[in-house]
Amino acid sequence: MYQYDNYDQTLVHERVAQFRGQTERFLKGELSEDQFRPLRLMNGLYIQKHAPMLRIAVPYGLLSSRQLRMLAHIARKYDKGYGHFTTRQNIQFNWPKLEDVPDVLSELATVEMHAIQTSGNCIRNVTSDHLAGVGGDELEDPRPYCEIIRQWSTLHPEFSFLPRKFKIAVNGAAKDRAATQVHDIGLQLVKNDRGETGFEVLVGGGLGRTPIIGVTIRPFLEKKHLLSYLEAILRVYNRFGRRDNKFKARIKILVKELGKEKFAEMVEAEWAEIKDGLLLNLEEIERIKAFFQPPPYEALTDEALLAEKTAQDIQFGAWFRHNTLPHKMPGYRIVVLSLKTHGKPPGDLSESQMDAVADLADRYGFGEIRVTHAQNLVLPDVKQADLHELWQRLESLELSTPNIGTATDIICCPGLDFCSLANATSISVANGIQRIFDDLDYLYDLGDIRINVSGCMNGCGHHTVGHIGILGVDKKGEEWYQITLGGSSGKDAALGERLGPSVAKDQVSRAVEAIFQTYRELRLEDEAFLETVRRIGIRPFQERVYGNH
Amino acid sequence: MEIIKDGHIVANDWRHLSDDEILPEQAITVSLPRWKSEKDRLLACGVPLGLRLNSDDSLEEVADEIKHFSIIVLEFRHFTDGRSFSLARLLRDRYGFDGELRARGDFIRDQMFFLSRVGVNAFEPAGSVSLQELLPALQEFTVKYQAAADVKEPLYRRSR
Repeated sequence: MYQYDNYDQTLVHERVAQFRGQTERFLKGELSEDQFRPLRLMNGLYIQKHAPMLRIAVPYGLLSSRQLRMLAHIARKYDKGYGHFTTRQNIQFNWPKLEDVPDVLSELATVEMHAIQTSGNCIRNVTSDHLAGVGGDELEDPRPYCEIIRQWSTLHPEFSFLPRKFKIAVNGAAKDRAATQVHDIGLQLVKNDRGETGFEVLVGGGLGRTPIIGVTIRPFLEKKHLLSYLEAILRVYNRFGRRDNKFKARIKILVKELGKEKFAEMVEAEWAEIKDGLLLNLEEIERIKAFFQPPPYEALTDEALLAEKTAQDIQFGAWFRHNTLPHKMPGYRIVVLSLKTHGKPPGDLSESQMDAVADLADRYGFGEIRVTHAQNLVLPDVKQADLHELWQRLESLELSTPNIGTATDIICCPGLDFCSLANATSISVANGIQRIFDDLDYLYDLGDIRINVSGCMNGCGHHTVGHIGILGVDKKGEEWYQITLGGSSGKDAALGERLGPSVAKDQVSRAVEAIFQTYRELRLEDEAFLETVRRIGIRPFQERVYGNH
Repeated sequence: MEIIKDGHIVANDWRHLSDDEILPEQAITVSLPRWKSEKDRLLACGVPLGLRLNSDDSLEEVADEIKHFSIIVLEFRHFTDGRSFSLARLLRDRYGFDGELRARGDFIRDQMFFLSRVGVNAFEPAGSVSLQELLPALQEFTVKYQAAADVKEPLYRRSR
């Protein structure tokens, strides 16, 4: 994991001091609400329904056990005892007091954490693959590049007042677990025909009210040009992105209005001017890479008794199959902690669970925890021999629901319960879908299904890329829900197609169940849900959902 | 009237001329449209000249003419409009402007550090603001990760 040096630490302290001053000026009336808004947003602070919401950066989803204990402490001392993990691998607290926020940030700084650029019209926290370095299907570990981008983008003097927010994701694996195609910039590590590793550069992807899949503007970018190319894209966007309409201000609209070729041409022209002056030298890449060297793994062999254990204990077996993944090292396994316990707000973790998970990360790993894009946690380096014991501990913590990748592993925004932008609740809708499954066999029979729920069209629950997407809308003061089918944020990225008219809140579960039934009847052998939807189209699903009305 | 220049509070010796004012016998700044329409007359009158640029003005149009100006003023109509940050950067780094580069209007204190990094060396805030209280904003950060107009190398090449 990256360790701060004096510079990083000093910067975070200076940022806390600056924000303390800004907050004091606001509370004294020296800053107007309009003036304070972009300043607090750039430090992750929203004014929400009940209280301010503070979003804390978890750079590319990586947490140490020490940092997680600090988050537990903050949840206890300044909040109501829990936090909410987001689709961009960050954590949000929903109940801090405005006047306490500088103290929260000050405490975070002691464990190399901050809330810098977790919101606002600036370059946001860079996200990545939660299996980076352990998954075994990657060309190269993306995390060093994430860290290089983190430093480059932190307090960037030219790009802190962009037309709109700006999100970058980096992926190094064959599978895209970072949703790079729905980011403002997606970077995919690739090899060129000479066998060199570099980046494929995508721009203009994004969700929200105008969801668009990103397009490739450069199939191969040498690593040494990473920062100059990013700077060229950002400069073109900062100068020419629309500022007349907040809803048309994302880079995706600029790319769409100019056309991919024209946009690429402008970026290349800008880049030609600056590329030689802003080279990322290999020494720096190596220096940062040194922080992401593999931990001291033991020389193990795969556990011979594991198959027997999973066969003997059905519950352990189910958990093993659904919540653990192969590790690149023999004798190890990647464990996913489900924050999707049925009936609980998806992505939430209590302070006592945070402390307990931090202990587990120390005991069954190297003190590292990852936050996933799907709002779960990962213990990346668990010895296979420890799996059964770890599972038992997770059982008692209610973090072992064997549902990862299934229909109850729902991605969900905080919705109307917390968010002042929301039109409708999302948590209770997710919980309603979870209630369909009193029988896990039914859940497993449906296989891999990604359901995403957003409480408004801003789309924090990424509904447009859910295999099943559910979007809350306001109809004359009532909560209604639009359903889309066939979306994906993976390699086969696609936007879901709208099934039909929105349905009332009490009909959502019934509609979703009708979709499940249709799939069960029409799937071919072993065909996954998304494949069936793509093969047969949405019509059979429409007929089932709306036919009986 | 006073402004901040190079970290000090100094007298403002420039008159920002509106487009319909007659030319006085003193140092003036003019808008881009006025410059374009009265270029020859302005050059002939022999007073020090400055150019005022709005955030959406096309810098490329005047890039070859900046040698005529001792000062370029970046007009901030609303502080959330960040285009002038790129204009400053281009003026300094690409077009080699080495005169006074001034931010004027509705920028806020918390942008001054960033502005100083992209090449702005003078500040003329709108309204009645205490310049004395603004001065510390230029030094809120000692750490600069990026290369910009003020430091030509990123942090890792300067000192890591």
